[in-house]
Amino acid sequence: MTYSLVCGAEIHVELRTQSKMFCGCKNDPFGAPNPNIYTCPVCLGMPGALPVPNKKAIEDCILIGLALNCQISEVSKFDRKHYFYPDLGKGYQISQYDEPFCVGGYVDTSFGRVGITRVHMEEDTAKLHHETVNGEKVSLIDFNRSSVPLVEIVSDPDIKSAEQAKEFLKKVRDIVRALGVSDCDMDKGSMRLEANISLAPVGADPSVRPPLPPYKVEVKNINSFRYFANSIEYEMKRQEELLLKGSTPKQETRGYRQDGNRTESQRGKEGAADYRYFPEPDIPPFRISREMVQDIAQRLPQLPEAIIAELIGYSIPESTARVLTGDNAALAYIREINKLDPKLSPKVAGAIANKKIDITKLLPSDYVKEESTKAADKITDVAELTKLVESVVTANAQSITDYQAGKQNALGFLMGQIMKTSGGKADTTIAKDILTKLI
Amino acid sequence: MSIKDLAAKIKNKNITPAQLVEEAYTNIQRSEDQINSFITLRPKSDVLEELAKLKPSNSPLYGIPYVLKDAYATKGIQTTTASNILKGFVPTYSATVYKKLQAAGAILIGKCNQDAWGHGGSTENTDFGVTHNPWDISRVAGGSSGGPAAAIAANFCTFAIGEDTGGSIRNPAAWTNTTGLKVTYGRVSRYGAIAYASSFDTVGPMAKTAEDLAYILSTIAGVDPYDATTSPTPIDDYLAHLGNDLAGKTIGVPKELYGDGLDSEIKAAIMSAIEKYKEMGVKIIEISLPISEIGLAAYYLIAPSETSSNLARYDGIRFGQGRGEFTQETIRRIMIGTYALSAGYYDAYYRKAQKVRTLLVRAYEQALAGCDALIMPVNPTMPPQIGELISDPLSNLLADVYTTSINPVGVPSLALPAGFSKSGLPIGMQLVGKKFSESLLLNLGYQYQQVTDWHTRSPKL
Repeated sequence: MTYSLVCGAEIHVELRTQSKMFCGCKNDPFGAPNPNIYTCPVCLGMPGALPVPNKKAIEDCILIGLALNCQISEVSKFDRKHYFYPDLGKGYQISQYDEPFCVGGYVDTSFGRVGITRVHMEEDTAKLHHETVNGEKVSLIDFNRSSVPLVEIVSDPDIKSAEQAKEFLKKVRDIVRALGVSDCDMDKGSMRLEANISLAPVGADPSVRPPLPPYKVEVKNINSFRYFANSIEYEMKRQEELLLKGSTPKQETRGYRQDGNRTESQRGKEGAADYRYFPEPDIPPFRISREMVQDIAQRLPQLPEAIIAELIGYSIPESTARVLTGDNAALAYIREINKLDPKLSPKVAGAIANKKIDITKLLPSDYVKEESTKAADKITDVAELTKLVESVVTANAQSITDYQAGKQNALGFLMGQIMKTSGGKADTTIAKDILTKLI
Repeated sequence: MSIKDLAAKIKNKNITPAQLVEEAYTNIQRSEDQINSFITLRPKSDVLEELAKLKPSNSPLYGIPYVLKDAYATKGIQTTTASNILKGFVPTYSATVYKKLQAAGAILIGKCNQDAWGHGGSTENTDFGVTHNPWDISRVAGGSSGGPAAAIAANFCTFAIGEDTGGSIRNPAAWTNTTGLKVTYGRVSRYGAIAYASSFDTVGPMAKTAEDLAYILSTIAGVDPYDATTSPTPIDDYLAHLGNDLAGKTIGVPKELYGDGLDSEIKAAIMSAIEKYKEMGVKIIEISLPISEIGLAAYYLIAPSETSSNLARYDGIRFGQGRGEFTQETIRRIMIGTYALSAGYYDAYYRKAQKVRTLLVRAYEQALAGCDALIMPVNPTMPPQIGELISDPLSNLLADVYTTSINPVGVPSLALPAGFSKSGLPIGMQLVGKKFSESLLLNLGYQYQQVTDWHTRSPKL
């Protein structure tokens, strides 16, 4: 029997609002020079303190939902999610349970559509530091991160391969970055990933989604797209072995270990938390008007797919365009170049993608000037170039044979030789034209 | 003396705030040993020092000594909510209600006893010793705001801020011959009030008269940017409404609440009060409000559910003592609430209780559709002997039968003195109104207190 992957992703994104989710404290946990400086009774969970929701954060959450093609709920509310951990000052996290702000969206990948189950708003926890102070092992709590706005994006179990997972996650990150609401920096923890992985027997019709398997393995501790893909591959192998032996993998939470590129069991079903969700009584429910949604939709910028289409329109190869979508500074630079000299767009895009130029140090107008100076030195004379090409062809007979045998990369080698011989001055377009005609 | 008279005397320099403070401490020194109303009595020197720094103002509360239930965060002053968990805990910030009173020039002399976390109706569930009823020190003062009520009755202060989640202001007011207002949910900020059950908790004034309450409410009511549940509904001019003609107003008498289980002397006292209202031109109608049983059931599922969540933060990691310090009554409520919210039981308990809450809201809407206010008992019995309620958890819950259904609905209720038993114990009644009808309730109380003198009587201490 063969099995296919059934995988959904949970993506946490820290919003970069000025203030925290439920108080006025500064939201800059990563930039804070000292622990516990951006705190108040509310985010410390002191007796009597009350949460007041951050309107901007809710708008940003809805904006993410809109960008992921979600429906925006007309009625929504916050709930309390209870669990005990020292980094959770109140003993519960304010989150959303059964009425999230956004539901039912999707992201298209080249492997097919991945549904977005929900996008909801919650608060981040404080951060524990395990250190040795005066020879004694201690655990310290830094509340700078406590109550930082956190958006959770949950996908449907539509991911069918590790490759698709990577593409999907990257698309989501690029979309959220394009919205300007989060850095999505996995090193800083402003984007965090969890995978739900199981395997289902392949049915007769592969286009029909198989029924959900009777178990689910949740993998935490993933801080890169590659690790996400790795954990899928590892789990697929591990679970398949169990299934082929006739046993059902345990429903459990596992942690990804990057040292051995594997996952390991953290908590079984018996240890699963009962979060005792109930509506947060300190925050009245929300009625989200269509006008409010329309106002937020006004903030929707051009999204990555539209940006790629725009760049392709500038004759920039799609592969280069994909690299650049998340980089707003690069996009602005390319657009400026395209205005000044459209012919240079593909070149500058390639240079930026390959980190060949530092756009913070070179004005677009200076780039255009430099390029036109270089172009003036170019050998464009056909007769002169033909001579040059002929000499290269004569000197590299083996490459000609290779090329004629169908080895495309021989052409690249020959072009390289032409550029080398000309001291980099040969006009590549014309030279290439001459070369292909010649051989 | 009323706040109105005190304010006038202070303004005319017939009396100084320092003299009021001296008088309060004299009374406290004389009788506090018998009453035990305070958890933290501020040193008189601190209070006088604060007073000396205070700029005299025209605020009617300027220089008036008052107390807070110990459920309010007070920067620099111990705040325990009567639990050993928070013994020695000194907040780094102040509750909004405390700040507003500070700004109005009122003088805090101490923090008063209560049932820990609001869990109780007798101020016996406290780690700081039971509060005794000034009218009979062998009896409880009620609760959970028993300390503040006793302090007012014993003339230790002019007014207090209590907190009412299921009767915690009204119950002790009725048993101590004081007047207390459970405000409409959202009328007064809860910021800094240590939560019992967040969707029921209300911050309200306690004093000798409805008129005093009008002065206090004018100071503490209103929207607070720190409490998302405060209402933008404009604040009435509560004082201006006092004395408005009551002719044409209608008071409903819910017949179910005057049946079995109600002490006959309490019933008789309220019936006489009804006669007084008739004399003032108020129309009295009998109505049906068949809610007391479901009200109690819904209350004792939702309130413990919320309290099990609200008390999760008291883990002893960052402040206060560990969970071993919770009392049996509090542990019981945490356990009930945790159970009601657990997976598999949520629908049968918490969700069902919320549905009942909706029924309660409708029942009150219907009852109040045909009248302006309801007149109801506060307590089914006279104040019990100390030890009676705490040893019998179920009667302890039943003592709240007339008060608890109000909080899930969110409407306001004024508890005020309605007479005395033959044995000399105070009897209270409550007037329940529509949401944000505090001005009417205070006027109803004010007018009744113009033609009766129960509220003027003081216990012999």
